[in-house]
Amino acid sequence: MELSQHWRLKQQRYSLVGEICPYCEGKIFPPRDICPDCGNEAKTTFQFNGKGEIYSFTTVRQAPAGHEENAPYTLALVRLEEGPMVAAQLTDLDDQAVEIGMPVEMVTRKLRSEGERGLLIYGYKFRPILKAA
Amino acid sequence: MQENKILRPIRKVGIVGYGAYIPRYRLPAREVARVWKADTSGEPSGEKAVAGLDEDVITMSIEAARNALARAMIDPAKIRAVWVGSESHPSAVKPTSTVVAEAIGAVPNTQAADWEFACKAGTEAMQAAIGFVGSGMAAYALSIGMDTAQGRPGDALEYTAGAGGAAYLLGPAEESLAIIEASYSFTTDTPDFFRRANEKYPEHGERFTGEPAYFKHISAAAQELMRATETKPEDYTYAVFHQPNDKFPKRVASSLGFKPDQIEAGLLVPWIGNTYAGSALVGLTAVLDVAEPGDKILLVSYGSGAGSDAFTIQTTEELIKRRKQAPSTQEYIQRRTEIDYATYSRYRGKLSMK
Repeated sequence: MELSQHWRLKQQRYSLVGEICPYCEGKIFPPRDICPDCGNEAKTTFQFNGKGEIYSFTTVRQAPAGHEENAPYTLALVRLEEGPMVAAQLTDLDDQAVEIGMPVEMVTRKLRSEGERGLLIYGYKFRPILKAA
Repeated sequence: MQENKILRPIRKVGIVGYGAYIPRYRLPAREVARVWKADTSGEPSGEKAVAGLDEDVITMSIEAARNALARAMIDPAKIRAVWVGSESHPSAVKPTSTVVAEAIGAVPNTQAADWEFACKAGTEAMQAAIGFVGSGMAAYALSIGMDTAQGRPGDALEYTAGAGGAAYLLGPAEESLAIIEASYSFTTDTPDFFRRANEKYPEHGERFTGEPAYFKHISAAAQELMRATETKPEDYTYAVFHQPNDKFPKRVASSLGFKPDQIEAGLLVPWIGNTYAGSALVGLTAVLDVAEPGDKILLVSYGSGAGSDAFTIQTTEELIKRRKQAPSTQEYIQRRTEIDYATYSRYRGKLSMK
């Protein structure tokens, strides 16, 4: 991936910044400037709170390039509290069994590095909730 | 009259928010001893915190900073400095601090920089933040001390070199959960511990790291600060000293006239190891988690090379209600998964994959 692409995605990746639709108030992630619900223009940024629950999950053993050192890892579909679904790695699982419906929270972690000399890429993952706030 | 060596800002400054971070993995010292067939007659005790595969000083600083912001309850756009002190910045050139600032929403109207002074880079950043806020230049400044500490496999350092640290959001005293009353720095050129550029592991002077280094600098800093502020050890409810191992902080506390119960709450080295630039600062978070309003705390860091920063801090009524807004340091310590030396080797990149 190009440096410019990583740079463009940093806000949504580091801290789950999406958008809110000014017409139907739907919360949008990832941001795409058009509301997927009502089709109107939606460019107002919205900070998601990072809380959600597991909708589904799987274990990745044959990892794609750049992720080999982390394999095996758990990939999940997380339903955010505000509505949207995101695909992300789970982390800090220990030997804990993952279950559908399990509450999780967003953390910013190292996703991969572009080789020994390349850029370190950071972004969201989810983990079991550390503390009920 | 003695010359004034104490650092005090024009405007009173305090800690508006604080946050700890400790990764979940633990490597017991006995596991290091097993692998290196060390003499276990003096049974090695304790364990150290180890960062996971996807963690480094950037990710750990982000979480600690988010915890500090949760307690501070301020708009991160009002932060004018994000400073990270560490011996383990992930890139040699590309600031840790810009990634942290971006992730917490402090950009673009902010100063950002990475600090380096061995194990006291974090308190160094904190002292600078006192100046930044205390001069009126900024309303808020964020100082972080965080490390994934290095120790050569088989070296004495490997038993304790741990991972963790803390973030402190400094701001006006009126909004603070603890007021920083004064600070003092004591610095000399002392070659007790160093790591050359591009080297993975540090070198140290064995016993030379004790008397002329750790003990001399911490004692001088603490004594001068107490003299100038007209305080005595018994005026402090708590004291936190840099903790490279279990022995040094206990010995320096005792020689300065502090009792074991004054240092107990902040002495985390048996559970998380020596977190280098995070060491004294994460100890202070554990104290703030349990202190009562009005308690006085002495904080003294130590960085090889060498120097100590000493601070006298007094908690306020704000502490009680705001500290519950983020996970406590003990909650991070109790979130514990024991690993063996092989897993540790994998997590810390000590296995050659090609």
